[in-house]
Amino acid sequence: MDAIILQILNGLDKGSAYALIALGLTLIFGTLGVVNFAHGALFMIGAFCAVTLNRLLTLSHQVVDETRTDFLGNPLKVDVPYVQDLFGESLGASIIDWSVPLAILFSIPVMIAIGVIMERGLIKHFYKRPHADQILVTFGLAIVLQEVIKQIYGANPIPTPAPDAFRGSFDFGVLLGFDPNAIIYPYWRLVYFAFAAVIIGAVFAFLQFTTFGMVVRAGMADRETVGLLGINIDRRFTIMFGLAAAVAGLAGVMYAPINSPNYHMGMDFLVLSFVVVVVGGMGSLPGAVLAGFLLGILESFASMNEIKSILPGIDQIIIYLVAIIILLTRPRGLMGRKGVMED
Amino acid sequence: MLGLGKKDVTLFLIVAVLALFAPFILNPFPTDSGLAQFNAGYPDLMQRFVIFGILAIGFNILFGLTGYLSFGHAAFLGVGSYAAVWMFKLLSMNVIPAILLSMIVAGLFAVVIGYVSLRRSGIYFSILTLAFAQMSYNLAYSVLTPITNGETGLQITLDDPRILGVSATADGGIPVTNLFGMEMRSFETLTLGPWEFQFSVGYYLAAIIMLISFYVAIRIFRSPFGMMLRAIKSNQNRLYYTGLNARPYTLAAFVISGMYAGLAGGLLACMDPLAGAERMQWTASGEVVLMTILGGAGTLIGPVLGAGFIKYFENIFSKINDQVVHGWVSFLPDGLEDLVVGLIHPFVGKGWHLTLGLLFMLIVIFLPGGLVEGGQRIARRLRRKPAKDDAKSASTTPAE
Repeated sequence: MDAIILQILNGLDKGSAYALIALGLTLIFGTLGVVNFAHGALFMIGAFCAVTLNRLLTLSHQVVDETRTDFLGNPLKVDVPYVQDLFGESLGASIIDWSVPLAILFSIPVMIAIGVIMERGLIKHFYKRPHADQILVTFGLAIVLQEVIKQIYGANPIPTPAPDAFRGSFDFGVLLGFDPNAIIYPYWRLVYFAFAAVIIGAVFAFLQFTTFGMVVRAGMADRETVGLLGINIDRRFTIMFGLAAAVAGLAGVMYAPINSPNYHMGMDFLVLSFVVVVVGGMGSLPGAVLAGFLLGILESFASMNEIKSILPGIDQIIIYLVAIIILLTRPRGLMGRKGVMED
Repeated sequence: MLGLGKKDVTLFLIVAVLALFAPFILNPFPTDSGLAQFNAGYPDLMQRFVIFGILAIGFNILFGLTGYLSFGHAAFLGVGSYAAVWMFKLLSMNVIPAILLSMIVAGLFAVVIGYVSLRRSGIYFSILTLAFAQMSYNLAYSVLTPITNGETGLQITLDDPRILGVSATADGGIPVTNLFGMEMRSFETLTLGPWEFQFSVGYYLAAIIMLISFYVAIRIFRSPFGMMLRAIKSNQNRLYYTGLNARPYTLAAFVISGMYAGLAGGLLACMDPLAGAERMQWTASGEVVLMTILGGAGTLIGPVLGAGFIKYFENIFSKINDQVVHGWVSFLPDGLEDLVVGLIHPFVGKGWHLTLGLLFMLIVIFLPGGLVEGGQRIARRLRRKPAKDDAKSASTTPAE
């Protein structure tokens, strides 16, 4: 029992990332009808937003510290971040410590701007073109974004630590009444899951309970009619694109402490996220979220030793296997609607 | 001639001449001149031109004709390589059985993947093929290590059985791949004044196989079968309404295309008997797509051009480093020179992929037909100019 819960928990953080990326992909597909291969790159840029903020905050100048000496006996030079000058030593230090959560605030405007520029500057011109062209141009864009990041930050992964308070693991099993040490779970992964749940909830609430969301949903159902009613649906769809980019970016920001950001992390996630979207059903938001968590958890179950000893290698291919089975038995995915991408 | 139309014969002859005289054509600069770094006439690179040309020709039969965008084509390339290396390990170092087996294995693999993937079309097909390719890649890295030798990659060793050949040469080395005794890596050098040309056995084998594949592709394009594939691309529903089942045709195209990829993989292994899983990764599949689109999908010559273009610039661009750029712009004042070098720096050397990505985007946006369409547009513009003047004078005279 405790092993099962442990695997479910292990699957949650990856599942959250899949769900968030797939949600953004589906939003873009549902509103604009575009298959965005550059979405993984947006996730990656989000993670690098965290890196950037961390670097900005730790920008420092050297000060001679009279109280300490180096091994030659000269006064030691210490790096003092500008933030500590501005906010005082302890507050400055904790700002640096909390750079990843702070990057959330930093990344939202950045990601929305990138999303809107992408839509207005490039993807707008591809609505009338075939899906293959959309895939190709966004694939090209993904390569470009990835290479630009590689030029700026180098090819090596950049460790970006979580705040001190969330470092380490805790004994989750005790809460549920199991033996101590049965279920050890890192704090940050729990934070990530909670964060993902909040974001997903917020997106759904936004679409369900606001007028803007209602118009967008109406536009998803029948774009022409909404346009005929005198609503500028294009502008709203552009904003939705920005929002989808922000969701992917936030997923990336919070993922930075789990997996040190590197320039190809987006591509790694993208392939899986596409599988997630297809399993969930093209254009279905709940389907994307459900499939994201489902596949994340299935993946972690498949990596249990007990299962690997029966079916070696199953952990590597489970997601693809499930996708193939689902596509062949339920061609529209788990929750896909009729008439979406049928051709 | 050979059952081809007049235009196709011309095209085929052009490609044949280009391929057979490539060691001359690609080596226009004398060996010790400053421009020698732009020469591409060395066997290693030329082999890659033609082998990836084969791969792209095969991909084009599927994508160009039927419109099915496969994102997992590298799987067949990898499978072909593995099959070929196993043949070297078990049978002999002769390349013929290796190439045959790599085509057969890739073909069988394509039957299985195609049978499943082709039940869906559009984006679903792309993702299914992607899923299969990633699955093969992951398996090759993990469980199938006894067959694929995992991360190290499959290579030939001294204690391989090689039933029809020898396990080791007389002097105790690993035997090299050959075609009835002609070693793949051996080459003749011809020195003409300052020029030096290399003619390698491996290149000519690959080039001749490429020409055969190209010929087969032309025949497929012009055949009733090719027409049927084009019909699938333009309107599959209409095909169903006329009572024709498209599935066998698409499957046949998929398998043919997979066998081309297997052949390319086998040839890669012939030139360098080593097969690694990274050949199957989806970035490799993406590269095939890039080549085909860049050259012009659905055209005969496009994929070959695209493959050559990408492989040439990959090699040449990545060799250009800051010092070379400095050499070019040394006539500028110092500050300006550094600025120019700084501007060019991200796009050359290790930044070649950035250039490739940008170029690819530009092509998709402005020239969906690829380089071939670009060439056609230029040709049309050159031809139209005088014609336009005639039309103008003709139309204005009666009005007055």
